[in-house]
Amino acid sequence: MFANYVPVIVDGLVDAALIFFVAVGLTLVFSVARVLNVAHGSFYALGAYLSVVIGMWLTGHGWIVASLAALLLSPILIAVALGPLIERTLLRWTYGRPEALQILVTFGLFLVLEDMQKLIFGVEPYSQDTAVQLFGVSHISGIVYPNYQLLLIVLAIMVGIGLRLMLRQTRIGKLIAAVVADQEMAQTIGIDVSRIFVLAFTLGVLLAALGGALASPMIGVAPGLGAEAIVLAFAVAAIGGLGQIEGAALAAILVGLTRASAIYWAPEFQPVVPYLVMVAVLLVRPYGLFGSVGLRRI
Amino acid sequence: MAYSGPSVFGAFDMVVWQLLALAVAAMALPVAVPWLGFVITVAIGKGLAALGVAMLLRGGLISIGHALYVAVGAYATAFLMLSVGMNELFLLLVCTTAITMASGLVIGAFMARYRAIFFAMLNLAISMVFFTLLSKLYNLTGGSDGMRVATPTVLGVTLDRTKFDLVLQFSAVALMVVVALLIDRYLKSPLGEALTAIHANEVRLEYLGVSARGVILAVYTISAALAGLGGAITAVAIGHVVPELSYWTASGQLVLIAVLGGISGVPGAFIGAFFFELVRTFAADFVPDAWNAIVGVALLIVIFFLPQGLYGLLQRVKMRKARL
Repeated sequence: MFANYVPVIVDGLVDAALIFFVAVGLTLVFSVARVLNVAHGSFYALGAYLSVVIGMWLTGHGWIVASLAALLLSPILIAVALGPLIERTLLRWTYGRPEALQILVTFGLFLVLEDMQKLIFGVEPYSQDTAVQLFGVSHISGIVYPNYQLLLIVLAIMVGIGLRLMLRQTRIGKLIAAVVADQEMAQTIGIDVSRIFVLAFTLGVLLAALGGALASPMIGVAPGLGAEAIVLAFAVAAIGGLGQIEGAALAAILVGLTRASAIYWAPEFQPVVPYLVMVAVLLVRPYGLFGSVGLRRI
Repeated sequence: MAYSGPSVFGAFDMVVWQLLALAVAAMALPVAVPWLGFVITVAIGKGLAALGVAMLLRGGLISIGHALYVAVGAYATAFLMLSVGMNELFLLLVCTTAITMASGLVIGAFMARYRAIFFAMLNLAISMVFFTLLSKLYNLTGGSDGMRVATPTVLGVTLDRTKFDLVLQFSAVALMVVVALLIDRYLKSPLGEALTAIHANEVRLEYLGVSARGVILAVYTISAALAGLGGAITAVAIGHVVPELSYWTASGQLVLIAVLGGISGVPGAFIGAFFFELVRTFAADFVPDAWNAIVGVALLIVIFFLPQGLYGLLQRVKMRKARL
């Protein structure tokens, strides 16, 4: 009986893990900078592209195991190269301005990044699944699963818990939490708020790029990837409540499981599921499942 | 006729002249370069939708889902022709506008409760639901292949494609002027002024006895109708409708056009649309993979240096001249 649901649950959790990385990055940036970053999906796409290209280069030179490192190295490269740069220039300008303006500026950034990606990596689709093959497969109640997918679930849980621990236990995490709670007060007691902003945004970029890099062995990497990732991340972040890490995690699981169920029982409706859930949640609880009214700035 | 103070008519006249100048440009350009006629028609379709978005922006509301109504309009036109057998261009435009207006009224009734980021997100969600349905309900909508739209008759006359394109272009220009003037009147009416007041101070507006939700519902419905009309024009101009019309990037484009052109006056949306379509047409030839970046950079420049958009720039130049 239960065995019938195992594939749905595993597929759903894998899906959830992949969405979680992007969505939690988006929500983190929102909670610190109060900016809904439309260009967030582009970092996901860039992470996927860079890790595929580096991975292909390494495999081409016979360093097959080393190509795994590309999955972790490329997000770091992207975060370091783009995070501080974009935060210091474009994003900083939008703080405290109307939402319409913030969304527009990041939309402009999205257009620029999207074409940059086309110019650098071309428009041909890539695929590079060395990582999936390296880890082999395991059998769960008679069904074959790539170990890589199961590893993703573990990684997502680790990142989720790691983020929570970082924000609660470490000095830097507490500084971030202080800035989220009350920026002016944080500044008054001597916290370097502008450094926290750079840090939080770079962390958000890192998470998005990591999501893309980890997804890259399982998908075809092609133009339009970033645009797809960002709407899905919006949906998950909105369902969970913008700025809520646990909310993003649970919303990712919710969306992942419903998407996986839809694949089994009504495949043509699979893509519509996240948005239907999003509409339903926003209509009943505009602040998301975990959000609170206090989030709304007046 | 003795009254000649700083009247509403003074401002009204200026908008009339600006729109007529725009219309003359829209007619004259294709005379010089014939294939631009199509670009102009499509630009006016986008401009109408962007005008709807610009109206919402005046109220401080940003919709990243307004392409929904462009798609509703485009698909309504396709279905009216295919299933109902309606073949008359002007009847199609009227019916499509009515249909999108009705859908805007229904969805707007929910939207009017939301502001800021929640308004943007809910619009995004609904447009993405519609997008995925359009691309997945293959039997009904043709899926991602879309639907073909035949060439409609004009006042009962069947025209060949070249003549039809010309008629459509002229009709679109005429529609642009008429609709823009109507919207201009609306924006200068108490209901339209209340819209700006929502942006400035919603609570104070409510204390004045005006229902903010009512004001938003009105502007939302009108903006949906505008987008639908734009969608109908786009559908018959291109002769094909696809789900991508309602994708979120299309909605982003509409906001981009509105802000690029400037939201302080109705001609802004059309100036933005002409600029956008012309850049796209020429950039697609020279730098096919970078035209989005060009438009994106133009948008950022406008936001940083010309908060009033291209239309505001024109106004400023004119005011400087008047002062000299």
